Amino acid sequence: MRVLLGRGVRAGILLLTVSFLTFLAIARTPGRFGDELRLNPQISPATIAALRAEFALDEPLLPRYGHWLAAAARGHLGYSLTYRIPVERLLWGRAANTLLLTGTSLAIAWTIAIAAGLAGAAARHGGWDRAVGITAAAVLALPDLLIAIALLTLAAHSGMLPAGGMSSPGVTAGWAAARDLIAHMAIPVAVLTISTTPALLQHVRSALAEAMPVPLATALHARGLPRARLITRHALKLAAAPLAALGGLSIGSLLSAGLLVEVLVGWPGLGSLLLESVMARDQFVVVAATLLATAALLAGNAIGDLLLHAADPRVRLADAEPRSAFS
Amino acid sequence: MSGTGRTAILAAIVLLHVVVLAAPWVAPSDPAVQHRAAPLAPPTRVHVVDGDGRWRAPFVCAIVQVPGGNGSAEDCTATAPVRLFVLRSEPSGFTTRTARHLFGAPPLDIFVLGTDEFGRDVFSRLLAGARVSLTMAIAAAGLALLIAVVTGAIAGYAGGAADLLISAVSELVLGLPWLYLLVAVRAALPLSLPPPQAMAVIVVLLGALGWARPGRLVSATVAGVRDRDYVAAARSAGASMPRILARHILPEVAGVVAVASVVLVRQFVVAETTLSLFGLGVPEPVPSWGSMLAAAQRPGALTQTWWLLAPVAGLIGVCVVYYALARVLRPDLLHQRT
Repeated sequence: MRVLLGRGVRAGILLLTVSFLTFLAIARTPGRFGDELRLNPQISPATIAALRAEFALDEPLLPRYGHWLAAAARGHLGYSLTYRIPVERLLWGRAANTLLLTGTSLAIAWTIAIAAGLAGAAARHGGWDRAVGITAAAVLALPDLLIAIALLTLAAHSGMLPAGGMSSPGVTAGWAAARDLIAHMAIPVAVLTISTTPALLQHVRSALAEAMPVPLATALHARGLPRARLITRHALKLAAAPLAALGGLSIGSLLSAGLLVEVLVGWPGLGSLLLESVMARDQFVVVAATLLATAALLAGNAIGDLLLHAADPRVRLADAEPRSAFS
Repeated sequence: MSGTGRTAILAAIVLLHVVVLAAPWVAPSDPAVQHRAAPLAPPTRVHVVDGDGRWRAPFVCAIVQVPGGNGSAEDCTATAPVRLFVLRSEPSGFTTRTARHLFGAPPLDIFVLGTDEFGRDVFSRLLAGARVSLTMAIAAAGLALLIAVVTGAIAGYAGGAADLLISAVSELVLGLPWLYLLVAVRAALPLSLPPPQAMAVIVVLLGALGWARPGRLVSATVAGVRDRDYVAAARSAGASMPRILARHILPEVAGVVAVASVVLVRQFVVAETTLSLFGLGVPEPVPSWGSMLAAAQRPGALTQTWWLLAPVAGLIGVCVVYYALARVLRPDLLHQRT
């Protein structure tokens, strides 16, 4: 619990710092909101002044930040100047879309990584193990950008899958809508899965290799335990701890890859929202989207720690005892 | 890895950089010149058999715009032989400048990888873009490593409060999804900048965000070396801290820095391409792989004008070669994705 508390405090400090830094950065931005409204003859200067006053845009930086912080503490993250709705309402919808994308690919990537890792461990140094290792290394060499472009080109050529957006116009209800959504998800999920799996797979392989020290494996094997059972029962259990910690960490890289993929395929998620709002100078949305991404990453790390805690009794023990001065 | 493997990778690295350095000479035309008569031309074919079925030395046909259409095709009423080491005059300011190129077919043009919608030669832009991207990536990696070595040396050697502060900052940088951070920080700057400023901004941004990981490696290495006997001997002999760092400790860091530089250059080339693709990077008319790829986002480009995807080939080349190099040097540092 002490550990959790410390982590919470650190996360809070990190979020505060990030919010202040983004705020500072946005405040220094040339080009202010309302500049283009001034070109519209139907909007009087008084209206623009009122708008700017409403968002306290003309106050100095620190009062403005304090203003925002007080509102954020009550759950109000500001007002999107382009969408004309509160930022939090905009944000949740987009974040849910991102979660749908990243959650699905994370699940698929872990399934593949564990299955292939187990199969590789079952036949260590066999043909399958080597083939998997080489493929993983080859895919690791390619950046997400290339994987995305390759799959999009494939989709465009085959014409079987929609290559952009999240839904087709006119399809709104029932099974058709679900099928449509899955078809639209196929490309981005495939890109994210391909980009995350190799690193996971390499970790699974090394965790399994470490968890199956040769004497233990030989002894159990000599007692007549089938190899498959040895791997699934004993090695996997030992390997669970490092993998659990990795589970949380993989969220961070997935978020960055997610931004790229969202922008490329036009998926209305958090990443494309951030880019849009950067272009539109929609400052509160920039701050909030960056914060939410940071929070998601921190939550991922925390979940990883909790899983590690649950999976490894040694960690639990270390936390329960007072830490010695030499550790 | 075997000796031949290493040699092959080194040869590939050298070849890549020689071609990129020699870009203006290797490229058949100026990357900025717009061949208005030949927009969206497919890659020029080199023929060896003429219209009458006779064998001839390699030659190319003229490229003309398809009447009424949105593209160009070859027109073999005019041909020119392909030659090596050709002289070619190009517009340069108000005058023209004559330069020698590796190959060409004067008076006609060779578009090895076709042209974009303004009729600019994609192959020449690919090479010029490689120059821009690699220069920026190498400069940014240099900056990042400079910060990494300075902060890492201080954190690792001095320890205490300095270590705490530096690790807190690097944790902040590492704790964020880097692409979000890059876009958010880029947001603070004017959207359109003149090319030199935009390039400087990107170099500084990449450097400022990329130092954290190598910084940690440096600090860990320095902390490991700090208590060795020879360092203690130097200290007791009265050597100053800068001298101990420079003479006894930093040489140990050289390996880490070498690997980190290879990893960073690869990562930064991709990052720069991504930013330019989003329209936040190097602006037109400076050729950059990202803005070239942005042109390929036109509807139908993926199926009809596939040659606009040429930067993909360049990226694959740079990524694979640099990845192989890093793998040869230290395979255990490669778990971060770009």
